[in-house]
Amino acid sequence: MDQHSFLFQAMVYLGSAVIMEHVAKKLGLGSVLGYLLAGILIGPALLGFIGEEGEDVMHFAEFGVVMMLFLIGLELEPALLWKLRKPIVGLGGLQVLATTILITAIAMVVGLPWQQALAVGAGLSLSSTAIVMQSLHEKGIMQTAAGQSSFAVLLFQDIAVIPMLALFPLLANLPVQEDIVPTNPTMVYGLPGWGKTLAVFLAVGAIILAGKYIIQPLLHIVAKTRLRELFTATALLLIVGTAVLMTQVGLSPALGTFLAGVILANSEFRHELESDIEPFKGLLLGLFFISVGTSIDFRLIAENPGLIAGLVFGLMTLKAILLWVLGNIFGLKTDQNIVFATALCQMGEFGFVLFAFALGGGILPKDVVDILIAVIALSMAITPMALTINERFIQPRIGTREKIDEPNADEINETNPVIIAGFGHFGNTIGRFLRAHNVGTTILDHDSDRVDLLRKLGIKVYYGDATRYDLLHSAGAAKAKILIISIDDPEKRLKMIETVKKHFPNLRMLVRASNRFDAYDQMNAGMLHVYRETVDTALRVGVDALKFMGFRAYNAKRAARMFLKNDEFNLKKLASIRDRKDYINTARELIEELEQTLQEDLRNAGVLDEAGWDEMGLIEEAKGVNEK
Amino acid sequence: MARVLVQFAHPLLEKSRVQKQMIKQAQMVKGVTINDLYERYPDFDIDVRREQRLLLAHDIIIFQHPFYWYSTPAIVKQWLDLVLEHGWAYGITGDKLKGKLFMQAISCGGSDPAYHPEGKNRFTIRQMLSPMDQTANLCQMEYLPPFVVYGTHKLQDADIEQYALEYGQVLSALNADRIQPEEWKSVQLMNELFPVPESLQS
Repeated sequence: MDQHSFLFQAMVYLGSAVIMEHVAKKLGLGSVLGYLLAGILIGPALLGFIGEEGEDVMHFAEFGVVMMLFLIGLELEPALLWKLRKPIVGLGGLQVLATTILITAIAMVVGLPWQQALAVGAGLSLSSTAIVMQSLHEKGIMQTAAGQSSFAVLLFQDIAVIPMLALFPLLANLPVQEDIVPTNPTMVYGLPGWGKTLAVFLAVGAIILAGKYIIQPLLHIVAKTRLRELFTATALLLIVGTAVLMTQVGLSPALGTFLAGVILANSEFRHELESDIEPFKGLLLGLFFISVGTSIDFRLIAENPGLIAGLVFGLMTLKAILLWVLGNIFGLKTDQNIVFATALCQMGEFGFVLFAFALGGGILPKDVVDILIAVIALSMAITPMALTINERFIQPRIGTREKIDEPNADEINETNPVIIAGFGHFGNTIGRFLRAHNVGTTILDHDSDRVDLLRKLGIKVYYGDATRYDLLHSAGAAKAKILIISIDDPEKRLKMIETVKKHFPNLRMLVRASNRFDAYDQMNAGMLHVYRETVDTALRVGVDALKFMGFRAYNAKRAARMFLKNDEFNLKKLASIRDRKDYINTARELIEELEQTLQEDLRNAGVLDEAGWDEMGLIEEAKGVNEK
Repeated sequence: MARVLVQFAHPLLEKSRVQKQMIKQAQMVKGVTINDLYERYPDFDIDVRREQRLLLAHDIIIFQHPFYWYSTPAIVKQWLDLVLEHGWAYGITGDKLKGKLFMQAISCGGSDPAYHPEGKNRFTIRQMLSPMDQTANLCQMEYLPPFVVYGTHKLQDADIEQYALEYGQVLSALNADRIQPEEWKSVQLMNELFPVPESLQS
């Protein structure tokens, strides 16, 4: 690849990613779908910017998945693993086992030899960690029961790939063709099946030991140099090195780095590693999704449309049903269970890895692998859409919401004067406070477990997306006096503000803001009552700090109130000029001004306001005048 | 031994000259409890039960504060409004403070002659303090003559030091029951019982 074409390709990838992600966002679809669409757009099927070399890019971009697993590993402290042991082993184990058995059985019925059928079943039982985690994060439902269960299952699958890859060599049933021999034979090439299996276990053991006794001391040494680049380079080296070792023994690099991540999860470098790798992961993962899009072989699909469509929908339905049954057994509520089953019913990137391995290892023939890979890619592309459809059209109609025993939506006496949208930590503090003072509150929330609990306590709760007009209407927005917007997502808050302005213009809104910039947006949307969620707490800390430094409590409090007042004043001033070109200049000016005010405060602790208590002026005057 | 409670109120102690020295002396006297109102209640949320318990646990209640606008700093008014509850401090059944001694220790910018029918302030300091005097009276407490530092704007540091020492002596004497009713009833100001050298009164 010469440099010109490399830069051209980079431009095509980045350009399509930027455009399609923006379009996907505007349409309310997740970024994963945006990347996939970008891939399809530039791929051989449509614009054809990227041809066969798309596969090379995919190999490169698989590194995004590798990094993601490293990061997932980093977040898995043993304590968390222990807490999730039941869903991981129970739910995850049953899912992999049952799906593998079922698909294997079907494949055998269709006529594949048992070794091939088992390989197909195992490969297809896995879901896509990359797509599911990304989508659930974007939708903000990672913390719900469905999110946690999905995470547990994905985790088990990721771990299950280790024994699968280790045992795959035992399934070899085809003669290994000469042209499949890699140009750079790996260390285990030529070993008998049991030898390869042994090598795998040795490599895994090596990673665990090295992580504890070599890598952590090495990171200590590097951290002492205080060179940030060096630390980043070391982190990358760690991941690449692990990946190379894994490839040498014929294992997926993702698993090795996942293990390395788990081993480093308890080290003090965890957060530093996370923040160093995160940007690489984001970019490469995006690239990975794009390359999945480009790799969808539309010619193959066009040749066997019925077969492939049937396989995609048949397999996804089968997996979804199994997930649904398991979700039921493990006590997921209807609506959570639908999310769970929809999220995990696709086939995943480990399928690519397993089938590529199976092809090279003489387990599956090339025509079967090609079709399977097309099926996996398509199912991955469908998942974000399915999740969005579920969120938009299915969720509103089922589950917790249908249990609402609401007599009549427009019964005036029942309407509470205050509606609180979002009952997380922020909202529930407000709710508890108002309830303690007998102010009637209606709550909107999208966590169905929380909604059920609140209903049991006799609180009026509506379940669903608070930005929807119909939900607001049935919650009594037309009759309420105040709407408190305390949901987590800044963009949803803005969306909600627009909806309310349009349909309930007389409803007063009190809005939570994450930070200054969020506050600007809300002020520009016409909000008068904007509350930055951290500023009051931060100032309370400041007051206590002043007290410990010897300030009088009363003056520390006054100083904080004055500080807040000035800050809010500046905030309003900045919000009013925000969209203009001189924004940056003005922001700098205001920061300088703030700096000056701060210094002024130090020199002269708020002299103007305290002059009434200060006798300096009187002392000056007394020097000249003789009092009678 | 009388248990003495100093209810101290100064919103800007950092810049105080007189009150800062006075409270320093008060802290050194044994048997004196100091309740720093602005420090304890920066939000003006007076803990009424705590304050009442404090009052019950002491025999002599002293309000020490600068004399702002012929009255007290704002928090003292808040304190009076909330703590001296009807039925507890006054009223037919309100006798919890009965027999306690009540005193004010204040510092004023105006000079002694200014607090005179012919002076700038037109009234004597005892006339100006009559609302507190009556407050104590309604609660069946004995109002002691106040300890007053006049003309604070013109005081030199050495004078202030002298006044502060004098205040400390007042507190020790009260704590040791060394001041008899016939003594305090014979004077307008507590200062008169603890004379300081004429040369230092500027």
